[in-house]
Amino acid sequence: MIDINESVMQFLLALIVAGPLLGAVAALLPAPPGLKGKSPEQAVLRHGVTVTGAVLIAAIVLALGFDHGHPSRMQATTDISWIPALDVRIHLGIDGISLPLLVLTALLTFLCALHSYFRTPSGPTPKAFVALLLVLESGTLASFAVLDLLLFFLAFETVLVPMYFLIARWGGEGRAEAAWKFILYTLLGSVVMLLGLLLIGITAGTFDMVALATDNGRSLTTSVQVIAVLAIGIGLAVKTPMWPLHSWLPDAHTAAPTVGSVLLAGVLLKMGTYGFVRIVLPVAPDGFRTFAPYLAALAVVGIIYGSLACLSLARRGAKGDLKRLIAYSSVGHMGFVLLGVATMTPTGVNGALFANVAHGLITGLLFFLVGALKDRTGSTDLDTLAEETGAALYGRAPRLGGLLAFAAVASLGLPGLAGFWGEMLALFGAFDPAAGLSRPAFLTFMAIGASGTLLTAAYLLLVVRRVCMGAAPQDRPRLPDVRRHEFAAWTPLVVLTVVAGLWPKALLGLTDPAVQQLLSGGTR
Amino acid sequence: MSAPAQQLAQNLVQSVDWLAVAPPTLVAVVGLAVLVADLFVAEHRKALLGWVSVAGLAAALLLLLPLLDGDRATFCLNDGTRACSYVADPFTLAVQLLVLGGALVAALLSVTTLKDAGRGLPEGEFWFLLLSSAAGAALLPASRDLATLIVALEVASLPAFALVGLRHGDRRSSEAALKFFLSSVTATAVSLMGVSFVYASTGTLHLTEIARRVQDVDGQLTTLADTGVVLTLVGFAFKTAAVPFHFWVPDTYVGAPLPIAAYLSVVGKAVGLTGLVLVTVVALPSYADVWGPALAALAALTMTVGNAGALRQRGTRAYSAVRLLAWSSIGQAGYLLVPIAAAAYSGDAERSIGSTVAYALMYGAVNLGAFAVAALVGRTASRNRLTDYRGLYASHPLAALLLAFFLLCLAGLPPGIIGLFAKVTVFSAAVDAGLGWLAVLMAVNVVVALYYYLRWTALLFRAPEGTPREHRSPAPLTAALAVTAVLAVALSGAPQLILRFAGTGLF
Repeated sequence: MIDINESVMQFLLALIVAGPLLGAVAALLPAPPGLKGKSPEQAVLRHGVTVTGAVLIAAIVLALGFDHGHPSRMQATTDISWIPALDVRIHLGIDGISLPLLVLTALLTFLCALHSYFRTPSGPTPKAFVALLLVLESGTLASFAVLDLLLFFLAFETVLVPMYFLIARWGGEGRAEAAWKFILYTLLGSVVMLLGLLLIGITAGTFDMVALATDNGRSLTTSVQVIAVLAIGIGLAVKTPMWPLHSWLPDAHTAAPTVGSVLLAGVLLKMGTYGFVRIVLPVAPDGFRTFAPYLAALAVVGIIYGSLACLSLARRGAKGDLKRLIAYSSVGHMGFVLLGVATMTPTGVNGALFANVAHGLITGLLFFLVGALKDRTGSTDLDTLAEETGAALYGRAPRLGGLLAFAAVASLGLPGLAGFWGEMLALFGAFDPAAGLSRPAFLTFMAIGASGTLLTAAYLLLVVRRVCMGAAPQDRPRLPDVRRHEFAAWTPLVVLTVVAGLWPKALLGLTDPAVQQLLSGGTR
Repeated sequence: MSAPAQQLAQNLVQSVDWLAVAPPTLVAVVGLAVLVADLFVAEHRKALLGWVSVAGLAAALLLLLPLLDGDRATFCLNDGTRACSYVADPFTLAVQLLVLGGALVAALLSVTTLKDAGRGLPEGEFWFLLLSSAAGAALLPASRDLATLIVALEVASLPAFALVGLRHGDRRSSEAALKFFLSSVTATAVSLMGVSFVYASTGTLHLTEIARRVQDVDGQLTTLADTGVVLTLVGFAFKTAAVPFHFWVPDTYVGAPLPIAAYLSVVGKAVGLTGLVLVTVVALPSYADVWGPALAALAALTMTVGNAGALRQRGTRAYSAVRLLAWSSIGQAGYLLVPIAAAAYSGDAERSIGSTVAYALMYGAVNLGAFAVAALVGRTASRNRLTDYRGLYASHPLAALLLAFFLLCLAGLPPGIIGLFAKVTVFSAAVDAGLGWLAVLMAVNVVVALYYYLRWTALLFRAPEGTPREHRSPAPLTAALAVTAVLAVALSGAPQLILRFAGTGLF
């Protein structure tokens, strides 16, 4: 949109990846004079806001400077040799696929830092909290920006330790166990993924994603591709998460602090699906074709399973926890993303990427709202909240209730909001899968997946009814309504949800050319 | 002089490349000097001996620099084979760097330990033994004939037994020394037997010659040669503390003074692995179908048993921190064996060996760092339990952050980038060699290991029980910590510094 010098773009991208890391180190040092603030806690939290804010601004400038005419071209690329012995290069670059995720990550982390500034997380010192948050941001941003398989693995692993500590130290009930479950599951997945990446890199002779994507699997035999896709797929599927490898997710979400849940759902899960699109699809297409029907089948099971789990949690007397419910709904939503990827068509993959971003926005918002609800009522248990008739949020805190209803409706995929396009395109893709994939099977998946949207609507409306509506007796205290900083943190998410819903071309225009090129092996 | 006599003189008198043999020689000379000086140094000046030893090790490290320019060899045969007994090639230099560096850090740790022990540990003998052992360990990677190899191995390990049992009047210490001694001597006897069989069947002791001649051994002697090969390998497997030869490790580490445990965990391991590499890859490449599967199985067993043992450690048990490090070092030895096993299968054995060397260098730096923090904590909490590390961050933030970093390097997780990439080279050696099952097993082990490393790391940052104890850290200990920390951080930024060994020819 605006013309920015290529070397400035390179610098911006490097800053986005490395900036948070430097910020994390700075957070551990004592504040310099002049920036001490009211107290050390306040100073370090403000430091977090400053750094994430700077990264967000850099990401926005990068998005503005991005050549929107050629989104399929890698831009702002840096390519420096780092470890020649392993052929690891610091190869950074963005295209239409990674740019939206990069901006989404920067935005969500900034909002999280802002949230923590006004509501200091309960737990040990905020110093470590801010440092961990920044390391987490650096890891996620790096995994979307790097173009080297081993560097991707490094970035993938970087998020594990900070997230573990965020859950284990600042989390709620059952946090120690949940944190262990999270890190052991994900690490097991990612080590297996490393084996797949090494197999590809050693066989093909390069770890460079662009070169491998251009090669489009021509230098890999089908058997190598099948083994590699299986290994990499398991690692990514744990992260996504795909049914039946999802069982770490509900516990982690329930135990994590609000900020942890937002980032986990909004950003970390995307690393799994992004890996499918960026690595598996273009690098080993033959291997992926072998597994695509199974992936689609498991994705559809995930959709139905997630919705049914949510339905049972939303029932009266089920002692359903709202955070757990949203976590299960993530399993369902990510099922749509996986279904889209499994179709191997431009439509499906575009839908998957769209759903990815939409899920990040909407679920991030939902977790923020539930966190706010917990601050006010002290509970996320649906039965405790709703009591006999319902929590009557519309009456007690109308704006909060309205926002919650908005997020729920967006999540169920109401046309005109962000949740709609991704899931619809994924189902469209399944209607006409790529050549070589069984059409009847995918038609079945499509039909089942479509019925999943009905179930999604059912449980979300149930939640809205139980939380937002209900008789509000006079003696029940009114709850403090949305505060100013909460407005500040949530408005961008709401606005973007509406914009993406009304103007999907803004996003699809970016992803589509890049997806077309990836699927055709960079030869287009 | 008659012509034959002149020829004989030429065979007997040869020019020795003193620069090439300087590093181990200097260490040995300093060791002897310290032993003699001990007689003349006044009681209150004994600390001087320690600093002389540290300086000797540092000087030996510096003497590696002039050797970087190329392969040097000395003590060569004058017949047509030109086989040499002492070779200073990149492999030798890398292992000598590890051994001398490890000994230097252990020596720095010892200065404080000796001072704290007062008269419990005899200084002169301690330094002499440590330096002799280091000299043997530094000689070992350079030796290219079986006799020198065995001599170097014994010079490296015999003083170690004495060091383990040096604490006067400590029952645990002497028991550990005895355990270590008996099992180690048995292993040496076994490998000596193997060496003599190999010598009997091939008629040479030089490794490269063995590699050539063992392929066409007289038909009657093949059984003898095969037995010799297996027995030699068994002896060296013991020295790496590979399962099932690992049982002495935890008790020995706990019984020994802490710096000696650190020394054994790095230098002792390096000694065994180097011997194994020389015997397998240099001397017996034609037996790859024998030692390849055997080492693969050994690696699998070793990492699994080591990690399972580490996982079982209860935090409240006395010396559980050292025990955990002992078991984890067994697990790490398993990872170190993987590329050696892979060398049997891959076309490029030297690259695989390079992975082992790179991993060993990484492991040396961070494991010694972890031991340095353990020594620091052990000064106030003499029982060195895992629970004593609770809240270390509150009392000593820098030490806690460093220990966390070292442990994450050992686990192979960011921010321990060098640990991660060292594991990646090991994995890639396995994948390259087609040892998929071993790679998958190692993957599972990495996850298991993460559990205990991260549990310990998390403990450091918990709220302390009671008032935090003040850890005053003496200068030598700080120096040891600083050296290992700078190394680990620098390597994390530029892993190429050691991973280059995985990409180039070493021999």
